[in-house]
Amino acid sequence: MAKWIKIAGGAVVLAAIGAGGWAWTSLNTSRSGVADDSVALADFTSDDAEAVARGEYVMRMGDCAACHTRGQGDFAGGYEIPTPFGTLVSSNITPDRDTGIGGMTERDFFDALRQGIGQHGFLYPAMPYTAYAKLTDGDMHDLWAYMSTVAPVSNDIDENGGMAFPYNIRLAMAGWDMLFFSNSGFEPEAGESEAWNRGKYIVDGGGHCSACHSPRNALGAEVAAAYLEGGSLGDWSAPDLTQNPHVGLGGSTAEDIAAYLRKGSDGVAVAAGPMAEAVEHSLQYLTEEDALAVGTYLVSLPASDTPAPEGADVASLPHAALDYEVNCSACHGLSGEGITGMVPAFAGNKGLLGDPTNLIHAMLKGARAPHTHEVQTAAGMPSFAWKLSDERIAELLDYVRNSWGNAAAAVPASSVAEMRASLDAREPMANPAQ
Amino acid sequence: MANERPKADVVIVGLGWAGSVMAEELTRAGLNVVAIERGAWRDTSTDFPPAVDPDELRWHTRRHMLQPMSVETTTFRNRTGQEAAPVRNWNAFQFGWNVGGAGTHWAGMSWRFLPWDFQVATQTAERYGQDRLDGLTDEGLMLQDWGVTYEEMAPFYDRFERIAGTSGKAGNLNGEKIKGGNVFEGPRDRDYPTPELKDTNWMRMYRETAEGMGYNPFTIPAGNISQAYVNPLGVTMGPCTYCGFCDFHGCGNFSKSSPQACILPALMRRPNFTVLTETEVLHAVKHEDGKTVTGVNYVTRDGQEGFQPADVVVFTAYQMDNVRLMLLSQIGEQYDPATMKGTIGRNYSYQTCSSVTAFFPGAKMNPFIGGGALGVQIDDFNGDNFDHSDLDFIGGAGIMGYSTNGRPIANMNGIRPGTKRWGSEWKEAYARDYQEAANIFCQGTSMPTRDAYLSLDPTYRDRHGQPLLRLTFDWNRNDKSMIAHATEKAIAIMKEAGGEDLMVDNQAEASWNPYKQHSSHTIGGLVMGADPSTSALNLYLQSWDCHNVFSVGASAFPNNGGYNPTLTVGALAVRAARAIHETYVNNPGPLVEA
Repeated sequence: MAKWIKIAGGAVVLAAIGAGGWAWTSLNTSRSGVADDSVALADFTSDDAEAVARGEYVMRMGDCAACHTRGQGDFAGGYEIPTPFGTLVSSNITPDRDTGIGGMTERDFFDALRQGIGQHGFLYPAMPYTAYAKLTDGDMHDLWAYMSTVAPVSNDIDENGGMAFPYNIRLAMAGWDMLFFSNSGFEPEAGESEAWNRGKYIVDGGGHCSACHSPRNALGAEVAAAYLEGGSLGDWSAPDLTQNPHVGLGGSTAEDIAAYLRKGSDGVAVAAGPMAEAVEHSLQYLTEEDALAVGTYLVSLPASDTPAPEGADVASLPHAALDYEVNCSACHGLSGEGITGMVPAFAGNKGLLGDPTNLIHAMLKGARAPHTHEVQTAAGMPSFAWKLSDERIAELLDYVRNSWGNAAAAVPASSVAEMRASLDAREPMANPAQ
Repeated sequence: MANERPKADVVIVGLGWAGSVMAEELTRAGLNVVAIERGAWRDTSTDFPPAVDPDELRWHTRRHMLQPMSVETTTFRNRTGQEAAPVRNWNAFQFGWNVGGAGTHWAGMSWRFLPWDFQVATQTAERYGQDRLDGLTDEGLMLQDWGVTYEEMAPFYDRFERIAGTSGKAGNLNGEKIKGGNVFEGPRDRDYPTPELKDTNWMRMYRETAEGMGYNPFTIPAGNISQAYVNPLGVTMGPCTYCGFCDFHGCGNFSKSSPQACILPALMRRPNFTVLTETEVLHAVKHEDGKTVTGVNYVTRDGQEGFQPADVVVFTAYQMDNVRLMLLSQIGEQYDPATMKGTIGRNYSYQTCSSVTAFFPGAKMNPFIGGGALGVQIDDFNGDNFDHSDLDFIGGAGIMGYSTNGRPIANMNGIRPGTKRWGSEWKEAYARDYQEAANIFCQGTSMPTRDAYLSLDPTYRDRHGQPLLRLTFDWNRNDKSMIAHATEKAIAIMKEAGGEDLMVDNQAEASWNPYKQHSSHTIGGLVMGADPSTSALNLYLQSWDCHNVFSVGASAFPNNGGYNPTLTVGALAVRAARAIHETYVNNPGPLVEA
C-alpha cells in the first residue's frame, strides 16, 4: 500500500488553493441526502436482521476489516500504513462515541465512505472512498445497520499524527479529490447482462480491485487508461486482470476466476501476499453467483497491450534444472504441475510471467496461501533467502518462467538484491559449493 | 492459584495425533477446547521445509525434534527387586516435543489391528481351548480382551484413515478377499483413501519371492501418501516424493499424515479452540468429591504456574506420560504385581521384533528411494492368522521387506559382516553394500505379563520435582518363542530371494534394554476394558475412577499387535471424542456402570 500514497503533496496543496471553482463537483455531498442526519451510530439500533446480514456481506465485500481490524479489537483500527510522507494509521470505526465513529450520523457515514469527508476532515485516499463511491444507497443503509451491531471499542487513534507537514493537512486532500475523484455512483450499462453489471459493481465498488490492479500516476491516482492492467504495491505486484493472453487472464473462464476468488486458487495459481489476505478476509465470502459475476465482467475486459515476453534462454543456465529439482519439485512437481488448490503450478500459470516481484518476494520471504472455508490448508512456501544467492534465485526464476511452455523476460540478479535489501531478508549462508 | 484461566469445556493435555483428533471432533461439535502442549509450535514450511527436512544429522542422528532427556525421562529395570536407573538417551521409544507430538516425526505405517488383537483371551480359548488360555495365565501372561471388537472399531478406523489420507489396497472389502491386498485384515467398508505406493526394486523382489513361497504379500498401508488428497476437513496433502526422510524427520511437502498436514490447518482457525504451547501440565486437580477433577495445573516455559479449569480433562500425551499423569493426579490405584491389585500401570508391553539383513551381489537396491512406510509385508504369520495348535506360543509377527530409508549416516553399519569398520576397505564396502543390502523386519505381538508394569520411581524426579515414571519390563517366554518362529520364516524368505551373508538380529535373545530400538511401540499401562478390576478405562476411554477424565493413546492397548499403533490410537481418539460430545457432556457421569 505504501507506494500508492506517493502523493506529490506540494502540488496537491497548490491545487487545493487554486482550484476552488472545481470544488463543487467533487465535494458535492448531496448524494448523502438519502441518509438520516439525526441519530448517531452509538444510539442507533436496527431491528432489521436481514439488513444487518446484508450489511455484513457488504462489509466483507469492501474488506473493511483488512485495514480496520489489526489486533486492537474488531474494527478498532491501528493498522499503520507507511508512506514516503509519514505513517498513516487506520481509524477506529467501532461505534465507540469518543474514539470511534459512534458520534457519526448515517449521513456523516455516507459522506465519509462515499466521498472521503470524515469527521475530522478529508480522508486520505488510502481509504478507498474513490471506489466505495459506487456503493448503492441500499448497500450503504445495510452497512450502516451492520456497523451498529459492532461492539464499541475504546481505542484512540491519531490517524495522521505520523504524517509530516504539509501532508498532515487534511485539506490538501480536497485538492486531490478535485483532480482525481469521480464523485458519481454506479451506472449500469444498458447493453450488458445483469451478471456483467453486478460484476462491474463489485469490481469497481466494494471490491475496489483497481486500487491495486490499476497502475497509479505520480500523484497516486489510478490511471484510467490502464484500468486493471496491473499495478505495483512495492514489495508485491498486482497482475494484469485483462484478457491479455501472455500475462493476464486470457484463457481463464468466469468459473476459474470465481474459484480463485472463493478458494484462493483456480487449480493453477494460488493466491499469496496481499491477495491471499483479500481472499481470506473478503473474497471467499462472495456468493457463488457474485463470484461468477466478477468473473463474467473480468473476462469481458479487452486485452492490454503488453506484448508477449521474448523469453530467456535457460538451457545454458548452469544450476537451474538441478536447483529446481532439489529445492522446488517436492511441492511444485517435476513438471511444474503443483498441487491442485494448494501449491501453485508453474506450467500454464500466466500470472508468473509478467512482473517478477511476487516470485522474488516469495523466494526471499516465503509466502502463505489463504485459508478459506473450502480450502483449509493455507500451505506455506518456505523462504530460500538463507540458502540461495541472488544469482541462483534469479536463475531459478528464469527457469520456471521459461520452462513447460512458459516464456518471460530474464530476472536480473540485481532485482533480487534490491528486494533482499528492502525486505531485510537474510543473507545466504556461506556455502563453498556455490 | 494466582493464574487461573477462563474455564474450558474440555482441556486436552498433549497435542499430538490423539489430541488433535480429539480437539477436531470436539470443536466441530461446538465445545470450547483448550489444548496444552509441552513442546513448541512446529510448522511445515518454517520448521522442516524440503530444503531442511532431509537433514539426517540434525533430525535422525541428533534427534533434534525429540524432547530433551533433561525435561523428562523414565527409569528402567528388567524386574522387581532391581534398582531402576534413569534412561539417558532416546532409543527404545521417543517422546515428541512439539505441537503434533510423535505424529510429526513418525514413519507413517498405518495399520488397523487384526480382529484377533482385540480379543486375544476369548479367541485363544475359543480356538485352542480354555486349558490353553489357563496355561498361559499360569505362566504369567495377563491376557484380556479390549472390550471393543474390530467390527466396533472399523468405523473409527475408517474416519481416521480419511483424515490421514492413508495409501493402500484393500484385502478384505466387506468380507470379500482381494488378492494383492492384505487378505488377513478385518473387513473394511471401502478401499483406502489413496492407492498403494509403488514398489522399489527390493519390494518387487520380496513380493515375488513371498508369492512364490505361497504367502500373501501386499503393500504396507502408508501415511506417506501416494497422490494429492483432500481430506474431509478440507485440508490438502501432497504426493510423497519417496525421499525416505520420514521417521525422526518432519515432512516438508505435506505428504506424511500428521497433525500438521491433516488437522491443524483447520483446527487452528476455529474460534473455540486454543492451544497453549511450551506449557507443561503437572497433574489434574481432584474435586472434593473425589469422583471428578476440576481442571489441570500447569507450568509455563518461564516457570509460571497456572490452573486451567475444565468440565472434562483428556490426557492425550505420549503413552508413558498418560500413565504418569494419572499417577501424579492420584486417579485410580497403582498396580501392584505382588497382589495384582490396582489398574494404573498394568499391562505394559513393548513389541517383539527381529530383523534379517542380507546382501545381493551386484544389485542396485537404490535405497535413496524410500518412504517411512514403504514396504511389502506378509501377514501369514501375524496374530492368529496361522494355526498355533502345535506351537508353544500365541501371537505372531508381520514380516516385511522394507525400503523405508537410505539415510547415508544410519546405513553405515549396514555392511557385510567381517568388513573393517574404518579406512579404505570400509569406504569401498559401504559404497558397495549401500546398494546391495536389503532388510526384512519382523514386527511381533507382545503379550502383557504380571511382572511388566509402570509405576512412579521412588528416587528420581523431574525438573519440577515430580517423580519420574519407572518401567519394569523384560521379554516373556511366549513372545520369545513367537519371534524365534517369525525370524525363521524371515530367514527362509531372505535365502529364497537370493540374499547372502545374512545378519540376523533377534532383539528378544537378550534381556530388553532401553538403548536398543527395533520398534518404538511401547504400549499399555492405562488400558481400556470391560472389567474395572483389570482396566483403568472403560470402553470409551473414560476413567473408571474419575468420570470426567478420559485418556487416549497406545497406553490404552491391553496387548500389542504385530503392527504400528498410530491408526489404532487415532481410531480410539475418534471413538472417545464422540462419546464425549454425543453422550457425556449432555449427562456427565460414568458412560459404563462399574
